[in-house]
Amino acid sequence: MPTQAPPKGIGAAARWARRAPLLPALIFTIAVTQLPFVATLIISFLQWNSLAPENRGFAGLDNYIAVITDPNLRSSVLTTVLLTASVVLISLLLGLGIALLLDRKFRGRGLVRTMMIAPFLVVPVAAALLWKHALYNPEYGLFNGVLKWIFGESAAQPDWISTMPLTAVIAALVWQWTPFMMLILLAGLQSRPQDAVEAAFIDGATGFQVFRYLTLPHLRQYLELGGLLGSIYIVQNFDAVFTITSGGLGTANLPYTIYQTFYQAHDYGQASAAGVVVVIGSILIASFALRAVSSLLRDEVK
Amino acid sequence: MRRAWKPWGALAWLSGILFVLPVLWMVLTSFHTESDAATNPPSLFAGLSLQGYEEFFGASTGQSPWPPLINSVSASVGSTVLVLLLAIPAAYALSIRPVKKTSDVLFFFLTTKMLPVVAGLLPIYLIAQYSGLLDNISFLVVLYTSMNLPIAVWLMRSFLAEIPKEMLEAAALDGAGLVTTLRRVVAPVAVPGIAATALICFIFSWNELLFARVLTGVVAGTAPVFLTGFVTSQGLFLAKMCAAATIVSLPVLVAGFAAQDKLVQGLSLGAVK
Repeated sequence: MPTQAPPKGIGAAARWARRAPLLPALIFTIAVTQLPFVATLIISFLQWNSLAPENRGFAGLDNYIAVITDPNLRSSVLTTVLLTASVVLISLLLGLGIALLLDRKFRGRGLVRTMMIAPFLVVPVAAALLWKHALYNPEYGLFNGVLKWIFGESAAQPDWISTMPLTAVIAALVWQWTPFMMLILLAGLQSRPQDAVEAAFIDGATGFQVFRYLTLPHLRQYLELGGLLGSIYIVQNFDAVFTITSGGLGTANLPYTIYQTFYQAHDYGQASAAGVVVVIGSILIASFALRAVSSLLRDEVK
Repeated sequence: MRRAWKPWGALAWLSGILFVLPVLWMVLTSFHTESDAATNPPSLFAGLSLQGYEEFFGASTGQSPWPPLINSVSASVGSTVLVLLLAIPAAYALSIRPVKKTSDVLFFFLTTKMLPVVAGLLPIYLIAQYSGLLDNISFLVVLYTSMNLPIAVWLMRSFLAEIPKEMLEAAALDGAGLVTTLRRVVAPVAVPGIAATALICFIFSWNELLFARVLTGVVAGTAPVFLTGFVTSQGLFLAKMCAAATIVSLPVLVAGFAAQDKLVQGLSLGAVK
């Protein structure tokens, strides 16, 4: 990496001159992203409901006990894990398959790549509205329309969202995130050393062997990077859950549940305690995953 | 090259078509009348109509879409400019003349991206409420800046790190001052990087819904919030909703298609070249 390491014995003034350009961004980030968490921490120990402001006072650990024993919150943790893991895994697999196809030469490859990217460029809330009303709707949605085209008037007309709510949310998100995974994996495939692949074929390796022993190890860090970045965004997903099911039918994930506690129940103390629990969980996972998983990001800062 | 039948090509085409289909369906539906949009089986070849777009521009409700669209432009452009002003010097201090513990600082920025925004939502809401900044676009600008700053710092740093060390040393030996070095050596590499960073930050701000929904109302509401208002419990709304979704997505689609390669680099925080 072409960077100049600070020379040894560098003076204090010079050190601050180096730091100065960094400080505005660092101070801004700490002020806007870290201080609210400190406030959240304080509020989480208060009894504070905006509908009964005169009752404000110290609550001790009551909010935390309420949060930990709240079955809604526990189920939303499970939903978040399930939602994130399924979307990341399915879109990684689909993205890998499509990236392998697009890595080959065929007519119209550029156009197919452009078509593949389109879902990722639709504004997320627009995509969620599109899936809910134009595709899933049992009366005039495209899915049931296609069923009628194929099977005629007597075709089954399922109500997709109420019969399989979580799957409906997952499918819409997989549609949006597969292009993202595909782009990262395709870039990985195209950075694969071609001479090794050719040498392997000359030595009589089969296509599967090349994939298993050359392509896949090379792609590993790209898969990790896609998984990591995908998880960062999908774990926080609000738009799809909010739009498609409004958190109903067991699809409320953590962001939605906290939003609801705050927006509808007006219980500031409890919403904050839930926030703190989520932050602690995230920090544990983040500090672990960030450094352990993505070697591409680590290589990047070496 | 062989011109034989290639099953892989056909399969690639098939998956491309499947993925783009909902987008095409959205655009087609937006050009249908409300009654043609709501038939089953779908009226694929129904006559085209601008009814949906007329409704989007407030033909029957008189509600203009311009204030939310302008709000979205202000919030996205404002925060993108602010992000660049903060991220470029920071990236300089993390690559060209690096501070100690560069990698710790970089990972600190990235960790803030992993903290769920909802956890800070309540104090942010209370701050806005007590400082009279609820329903104010400048408050969104600050939040979107903090949301995108980590990504921008990583990206800009990865671009600036590509500048060969020898070139910087040569410039220093030739007695070039800071301004000359920045203009002659750093800027040619940095400008495409700034464009990629701006693109990513613009897209993420343009798409944001949660903060906009909680912190804005009639005055500062952005396009994504406006979009959710097209769903009504009475009457047909599919065509105008698709028209609205198409218009709101158009800037992102155009920018994203135009800069496909930058998109990959941007989304991977500069780790994928």
